[in-house]
Amino acid sequence: MTNLSSMTSLSNITRSKGDPKVIHSGPRSRGIPESLARGLGWFSLGLGLTELLAPRRITRALGMEGKEALVRVYGAREIGSGILSLSVDKNLGLWSRVAGDGLDIATVMTALRPDNPKRDNVVVALALLLGITAVDLIDAQATAVRHSRGAGRKRSYRDRSGFPRGVQASRGAARDFKTPSDLRHAPPLAAVSKRIPAT
Amino acid sequence: MRALVWHGKEDIRCDTVTDPEIEDGRDVIVKVTSCAICGSDLHLFHNFIPAMLPGDVLGHETMGEVVETGHGLNGKLKKGDRVVVPFTIVCGECDQCKRGYFSVCQKSNRKKYLADKVFGHTTAGLFGYSHLTGGYPGGQAEYLRVPFADSTVQKVPDGIPDEKLLFLSDIFPTGWQAAVQADIQPTDTVAIWGCGPVGQMTIRSAILLGAEQVVAIDHLPERLEMAEAGGAITINFDEENVVERLNELTGGEGPEKCIDCIGMESHVTPSMPDTVYDRAKQILLAESDRPHVLREMIYVCRPGGLISIPGVYGGLADKIPMGAAMNKGLTFRMGQTHVQRWTADLLRRIEEEQIDPSFVITHEVPLDKGPEMYRMFRDKQDSCIKVVLKP
Ligand SMILES: [Zn+2]
Ligand SMILES: [Zn+2]
Repeated sequence: MTNLSSMTSLSNITRSKGDPKVIHSGPRSRGIPESLARGLGWFSLGLGLTELLAPRRITRALGMEGKEALVRVYGAREIGSGILSLSVDKNLGLWSRVAGDGLDIATVMTALRPDNPKRDNVVVALALLLGITAVDLIDAQATAVRHSRGAGRKRSYRDRSGFPRGVQASRGAARDFKTPSDLRHAPPLAAVSKRIPAT
Repeated sequence: MRALVWHGKEDIRCDTVTDPEIEDGRDVIVKVTSCAICGSDLHLFHNFIPAMLPGDVLGHETMGEVVETGHGLNGKLKKGDRVVVPFTIVCGECDQCKRGYFSVCQKSNRKKYLADKVFGHTTAGLFGYSHLTGGYPGGQAEYLRVPFADSTVQKVPDGIPDEKLLFLSDIFPTGWQAAVQADIQPTDTVAIWGCGPVGQMTIRSAILLGAEQVVAIDHLPERLEMAEAGGAITINFDEENVVERLNELTGGEGPEKCIDCIGMESHVTPSMPDTVYDRAKQILLAESDRPHVLREMIYVCRPGGLISIPGVYGGLADKIPMGAAMNKGLTFRMGQTHVQRWTADLLRRIEEEQIDPSFVITHEVPLDKGPEMYRMFRDKQDSCIKVVLKP
């Protein structure tokens, strides 16, 4: 029972005695690209919250004092990317992260000036940013491929009428069915204009 | 046994779980021979239906053989019976059941208190469809316990393959009820949004019931092709304006009957800006359902016409044009399917070869491929329309 997530064990409380309960997990729908997207989504949320709530920590570490407002805006953007990456539209979230990485890199580059006493920190930050950009790019591409609509065979369903006697012979074949009184609707307009006799 | 188990958003696993056990005299255990993934299971896959818990067994389209029986079945079922298990669990005794409104059975939801809170009043218990509808383990599994089995299941004869009978559990009666409650007349144009499995069954039902024109709306070529094969005129909304084309086909009057086989997860595309607006609100938890189809139906439907909604909605939808709906005097009919009201009649129509519902199956795979198939069905890959699983 060690490989059971605690949530699953906890939610077993809501089950009755004869209901099936998980013993161990097997093949799953979530692949590596999806799991990575979730990780990156949570990372975005964490970073975004830090940028939003404690921007001075970041500007001070990078010698970018005075840019707190900008960092807050970036924090809001990061939270948006995080929510998207955690949603069903994770691919959009990952591409928004890639775009955000570009903005981050461009902004941190401005702190690379020789007179910045925190220049070493800036170099480390840039290296981290480049690394995470690569991960974002790879995962954005991987999820795009994995979820691409229309992948696999293109099959033709032209012969699948579902009517053993063919479509023409099946039109109205169930007219023996009597609509129950609770499901009747207004008489057809055509009956009023005498296109057909009223039924 | 093995079963498909929900663990969270987009996280479904083929787990080993304990076998279900008889709890009540009216229970039976069914050894599952075939089960299917339903379009409405994708709302669970996306975690858009509230009150799912990790560890819930999925699946509500199931058939198989009775292998164990409770002691209170009054001889109505015995070991060895071949049965289709409708997704609605029904007591057969309450006033709603007695008038044929099975999907709002007053007794079968064992978590009535939850539904009373969320919906105002309880509805029927459903297999594998969240704790709002009873938290009953579903049938994408090797074995299924069926509560109130004597009134819930449909016995079926030997000699007809599973593939022709399985969809009596949901999509065939669902498409049928969608068409029947539209009270189709020989002069009617019936417009059907969505050519997924329920849409396909609705098209066939509307043809059998004798509509003058059946028009089907989607954008996936393989689904439109299947719709056309079933006798529908098709509209690809990526290429044509749906409202213009429907008016064109009806001499500018609009279709008399409009049927929504999409429900809460309308396709999102920038060419229909309201869908993008809905998706954004949904992500921000400001709206749960995306009602693009409802808006379009209300706008295009003929005054005095009827709107039938078999597609599943889960919570709150925004910007429904009630002004147009009210002033045009439209009739709305909706609900989970009263499956047991239709199964016996539809079984006869299958036996008489009026219809063979197996046409919709595009994939048949072992149960342990289920998690992967959820993803593939959702992503519409490999021309996937309907998946049948073999435990
Ligand atoms: Zn279903
Ligand atoms: Zn009942």
